[in-house]
Amino acid sequence: MNFHRIFVEPWQSHAAHYWPVFAMALFVTVACALIGNYLVLRRISLIGDAISHSVLPGIAIAFMMTGSRSGAPMFVGALVAGVVATVIIEVLHSRSRLKQDAAIGITFSTFFAVGVILISIHGAHTDLDLDCVLFGKMDFLPGREPVFLGLPGVTVTMAALALCVGLLIIIFYKELLLSSFDPALAASMGINPRLVHYLLMAVLSVVVVGAFTSVGAILVIAMLILPAATSCMLSDRLWVMLILSVLHAFISSLGGVHIAVALQVPTAPASVVAGAGIFAIVWIVSPRQGLISLWLRNRRSDQVAEA
Amino acid sequence: MSNASGDEPALEVHDLTVSYLRRPVLYGVDFAVAQGSLVGIIGPNGAGKSTLIKSIMGLVPVSGGWARVFGGAVKEQITKVGYVPQRESVDWDFPVNVMDVVLMGCYGRIGLIRRTGGEERVRACAALEKVGMLAYADRQISNLSGGQQQRVFIARALAQESEIYLMDEPFAGVDAATEVALITLMKEMRDAGKTLIVVHHDLASAREYFDMLLLLNMRVVAFGETGEVFTGELLQQTYGGRLTVLSEIADKVAKGEG
Repeated sequence: MNFHRIFVEPWQSHAAHYWPVFAMALFVTVACALIGNYLVLRRISLIGDAISHSVLPGIAIAFMMTGSRSGAPMFVGALVAGVVATVIIEVLHSRSRLKQDAAIGITFSTFFAVGVILISIHGAHTDLDLDCVLFGKMDFLPGREPVFLGLPGVTVTMAALALCVGLLIIIFYKELLLSSFDPALAASMGINPRLVHYLLMAVLSVVVVGAFTSVGAILVIAMLILPAATSCMLSDRLWVMLILSVLHAFISSLGGVHIAVALQVPTAPASVVAGAGIFAIVWIVSPRQGLISLWLRNRRSDQVAEA
Repeated sequence: MSNASGDEPALEVHDLTVSYLRRPVLYGVDFAVAQGSLVGIIGPNGAGKSTLIKSIMGLVPVSGGWARVFGGAVKEQITKVGYVPQRESVDWDFPVNVMDVVLMGCYGRIGLIRRTGGEERVRACAALEKVGMLAYADRQISNLSGGQQQRVFIARALAQESEIYLMDEPFAGVDAATEVALITLMKEMRDAGKTLIVVHHDLASAREYFDMLLLLNMRVVAFGETGEVFTGELLQQTYGGRLTVLSEIADKVAKGEG
């Protein structure tokens, strides 16, 4: 029975395997979705892509220095690399004739290349290999030692990260809103928009490195952008958008697990495909900005014009 | 408001110089505005009108000189100074409604982390009422006309309850009814003792709108009562053939520094 295999068994007989995978997918997508709203609204989606590639040398150097793949050193390494990349992008863009897109292109590909070289030299005997960097290893989580509620340490860390991002957004809602909408007014009121930008990039770097080993450097950008892209078609209030993007993250990670079971494929790309599917559906049927309602409105105005 | 009264000028700008890539954009700007004045800044495109108010607000780096508000640094009295950026400087598709935007005017006063509450909503409603936009409080901002957008910006400035306002092209691209409503409101604000400094692009209306005019073209060409400085000769100096002479000076200064 296919239905039983795809939708029931993962939560019953195979729960010990799929629960950590689903939980990881959920925490990664929720953390990415929340911060992604601000990337989309500030029109810096590409910086998300840049950071996700730029943290690689930071991770590699932290690994070389400590010899361990876990915990704090990796986050610190990624944080430093992410912020350094952000600063280089800003400096290139403001102190030369290069536009921001070119500055991003130069910076992130160079950082990524350095990271790949470092890993090729030093990572040959570890599980920090290039497959992991590119595609993530979410489906290998069940092999890890569970520490809490049947979840391994990395997943618990990711849950804490998602919670922190949520709390930061609640605490600094007003400051993030103003500096995203009207940086000049924010600055005139003593909220430094550049500082907010760097803090946002720092949080983004931490989220990306948390997500890194699970979904890789390429897919994480989809998880940053898709939820916000979907929710901004459904609402024009920021707080509603934030809630809807979390809902998108939940549905896409749940859908991702089931697609992965059905097709026997990795969970991370399956979650991205599920998220893109939700985006496509919303784009078509959204009440105000959807393709169908636009078409209906055009037809109605044509009829009025003919009459 | 102890230091708002007395002889202290509301705004004093001394020898303000701003350069961009070593080329001066503003050169030795010097003027002082008394409290309760409605001042227009006029000059040709590229004269540095926006740069002047941005540099007073501390939004662009200054290479020399200073600006003071009621005798103190602008940074230390941010609640006394309200800034109204150009309407085009923000994304009007942003997911906020009219009330959200006006409430932003209260952010400076309530400080970090704390939320806007009932008191701020009352203030925002009063501000919207004054610009005739209360009925639009729940409207998404992308559904507003240019004039309505500008009214919302002015309502946000009113909600700031500042003593002095610096406004960047508030009349650009607004309908005639809005323009009349806004200048009436600005004159009311002036009569209530507020000081308004307004970048303006239309010479024809400048004469009737403002008490005082600052004619600007990289440097101050003239500053004074509208009747005294709105003369053919001074306007010619501001807009006319002097433009090339000033650029030559700018080039020389740039070379001298380089």
